[in-house]
Amino acid sequence: MSRPGFVLEVDRSTPPILFHHGEGFRLERLPAGSRVVYPAEPVAPLKDPDAAIRHALLNPVGDSQPLPSLLHSGMKLTIAMDNQAVPLPPMQQPDNRQRVIEIVLDMAAAAGVDDVELIVAHGLHRRQTEAELRHMLGDRIYDAFAPHGMLTQHDAEDHDNLILVGRTEQGEHVELNKRAVTSDLLIYVNVNLVAMDGGHKSTMTGISSYRSLKHHHNVTGMQHSRSFMDPPNSELHNSTWRMGRLLADAVKIFQIETTVNTDTFPSQFAFLQKREWEWSARDRASYFGVSKSLERVPPRIARSIFHGIKSPQKMTSVQAGEVEAVHKITLENVHRQHLVPVQGQADVLTMGLPYVGPYNVNSVLNPLLVMCLGLGYFFNLYRGKPLVRQGGVVILSHPTRWEFHPVHHPSYIDFFEQVLTETTDPLEIEKKFEDDFATDPWYIHLYRNSYAYHGVHAFYMWYWGAHALQHVGQVIIVGGEPRAVRRMGFKPASTLRDALEMAEDVVGRNPSITHIHNPPIFLADVT
Amino acid sequence: MRALQFRRNLPKYAAAMVAGGVVPGLGARVGPLRLADVDEPDLPGPGWRRIRPRLAGICGSDLSTIDGKSSRYFEPIVSFPFVPGHEIVADSDLGRVVVEPVLSCLPRGIDPPCSFCAAGLTGSCQNIALGELESGLQIGYCADTGGGWSTAMVAHESQLHAVPDAMSDEAAVMVEPAACAVHAARRPAVDQPETVVVLGAGTVGLCTIAAVRRHLRPGTLIASAKHPDQRKLAVELGADVVVEPGEVRRAVRRMSRSPMVGDSVGEGAEVVFDCVGSAGSIDDAIAVVRPREHVVLVGMPGRVALDLTGLWHKEVRLAGAYAYGQESTGERTFDLAFDLVRDADLGRLVSATYTLDRYRDAIDHAANAGARGAVKVVFDLRGERNR
Repeated sequence: MSRPGFVLEVDRSTPPILFHHGEGFRLERLPAGSRVVYPAEPVAPLKDPDAAIRHALLNPVGDSQPLPSLLHSGMKLTIAMDNQAVPLPPMQQPDNRQRVIEIVLDMAAAAGVDDVELIVAHGLHRRQTEAELRHMLGDRIYDAFAPHGMLTQHDAEDHDNLILVGRTEQGEHVELNKRAVTSDLLIYVNVNLVAMDGGHKSTMTGISSYRSLKHHHNVTGMQHSRSFMDPPNSELHNSTWRMGRLLADAVKIFQIETTVNTDTFPSQFAFLQKREWEWSARDRASYFGVSKSLERVPPRIARSIFHGIKSPQKMTSVQAGEVEAVHKITLENVHRQHLVPVQGQADVLTMGLPYVGPYNVNSVLNPLLVMCLGLGYFFNLYRGKPLVRQGGVVILSHPTRWEFHPVHHPSYIDFFEQVLTETTDPLEIEKKFEDDFATDPWYIHLYRNSYAYHGVHAFYMWYWGAHALQHVGQVIIVGGEPRAVRRMGFKPASTLRDALEMAEDVVGRNPSITHIHNPPIFLADVT
Repeated sequence: MRALQFRRNLPKYAAAMVAGGVVPGLGARVGPLRLADVDEPDLPGPGWRRIRPRLAGICGSDLSTIDGKSSRYFEPIVSFPFVPGHEIVADSDLGRVVVEPVLSCLPRGIDPPCSFCAAGLTGSCQNIALGELESGLQIGYCADTGGGWSTAMVAHESQLHAVPDAMSDEAAVMVEPAACAVHAARRPAVDQPETVVVLGAGTVGLCTIAAVRRHLRPGTLIASAKHPDQRKLAVELGADVVVEPGEVRRAVRRMSRSPMVGDSVGEGAEVVFDCVGSAGSIDDAIAVVRPREHVVLVGMPGRVALDLTGLWHKEVRLAGAYAYGQESTGERTFDLAFDLVRDADLGRLVSATYTLDRYRDAIDHAANAGARGAVKVVFDLRGERNR
């Protein structure tokens, strides 16, 4: 049985604590009295995931019939799925989506369904390459569907293939992929990496248009999502639930959600999964070997090594049927893996950011993504109240190079160069610049025809941190490129010790400190 | 009189070229520029007056000369030894005056004048090496007139513009660079263009921003600036968007909402003013200008290596903008420049003054002005002995 997550209080015997630092690591000594929140060890995976999938499809939850009884000859079937933003890092084959979809397709074939289309639910993310699709779905699915145009990637700017389902009572437009909405059955397959994912949010972000997305992807919504990792207290989820219910009234949806454990890193990086005082001689040797090697290679090479990592995480649950009933069980399974009780807030929150987030698979974690990962995702990994007090300080550790992937993130470069030089206030940014970027024909062209994130996506990165920006008094980045750090309105520090001294100017002498030992991922249940 | 004099001395010029190539402004320490007691220049003829500089600016072209970077193009149109300084406010028997330094047909006593001077286009005078004076395109490059970096010099009465009492010396010394900017802004025959770009935010760039805002009235003015103080001033003088030099292509692309064609902006700006004059800035200018539209070289470019394929392919109109004279509306550029200096408060661009004794410090400051938060560095002659 895996051990639960817990909070360590640092004392003089505590060894240095591992901080992720982009394509590298740092061992940092935290002051005595600091707290370190450790994730739970990976929960046991399903022994026979394929059997569990079949069981879920045949025994759906909520107001839903078994999948085979929903399938019949002559029907129009669409299977939408999460894109490669989850899980992180990409999992070793077979991916959950491949497992689920292969079984769904077998059932569809047995029922004589021949109008089947697969849609990767990208929302406003970049399209995936053939190699990325093959990795996610397996060669069998790819070769059967892609050459015939039956494996498509959702295009939120293809207005001929979008349809307005309706508007909620709050006036929210529900505009989605026409193929999905006009199908006799829409099956959605997800990988629920964190508590934010899944439920109605899947369709409302994955196969919707910008017009729809802006109802919940906005600054006010994010500032009122406390946190967006806690759906009952998230305005993001309130909106997507309203919109999703409207869709569910119009289209028959069969939701299949899967969860994974936190067995995040392969054996050569096993030390990343362990608590430092339990490192074996081999772990220590691995750490020093890996760290020293990474220091000697250019960042480009280190990045390519890390992006080659395929995670050994395994399926821990699968449930199918009506969206909300499915998602309730999914969240219980996510919480079973992720929840760590923490008492009280700290003056200072520290975190080491890794090389990858949801938006830079096979790409660069540029400064905006650093902000989003730190102040968006990691800061919001709480239930109850933030790990850091109002007016406190967040210290991130990451190289934060002034570096962008020109193909994947073109609008990010312009946002960084032209928007942040004027203001870093999310509300002002939204009001003054969002529409201009969102409707720029060049970004739209690159999103549709190249491998670029949508022009507005850079804004969402900033909005994702809006709650944190409103909450904290200062953000310091340790080891970041000063020019890039300052552009975002943050403060650079060379060392953690310097950063802690700087933090004292904001929160006073001898602050309380909490460090989140993440990844592997956890969700702090703060009381 | 005391003057900074630039003599023909090839070994020292070579030394300045090497030193200036390593550290901008270092040419003042090893090159042919020296502080000397020299005879006051004689009055060359009727209509000439003796004037005594109060403030004299250090211009980018002066720095190029001092650091040995000047183009050989100038060899036949300067005469040695000369006293640099062509941005001048001075005392004269007419009161305070600003000098319009171009040595065209009239000061040279050439009658009838060349066709350009006859049309008021004195900046294009073709007789700058002829007539009663030694060669010299302007005061500050002519052995017979002296220049602003001294306590006394001569100027033709046609070159003198009275300074209003209300205008400070600091504002008046900005009239000459402002006139260059006004002339540049008036160079392309366009009115209220959608997008204009000004590359560079030194003295020339900032004056051009102010001139473009008032004379071209563009929808959007995008400027590039290296340093924080320059960025602030660029906005104050009329730029809508200010970006770092390496960001200008993406900024123009976004503002024009056009595609990129390779490294070149598809639609781009109607007019681009290059106030830097480097290969990189001209390359940027050609990349961001709209096909068939205007690139104006305001900064003195010198010898640069360029790939002109884009210029050819986009049918770009490349124009120089030198000096001043009479604009197409019949107005004299200097009159417009006085208005610009007053309206845009360009006197604030004078950041530091130096005595002649400290000329090496002055040159060093001017050569590194942007990085040191300065714009225009001037010599202050008001307290000099023998004045």
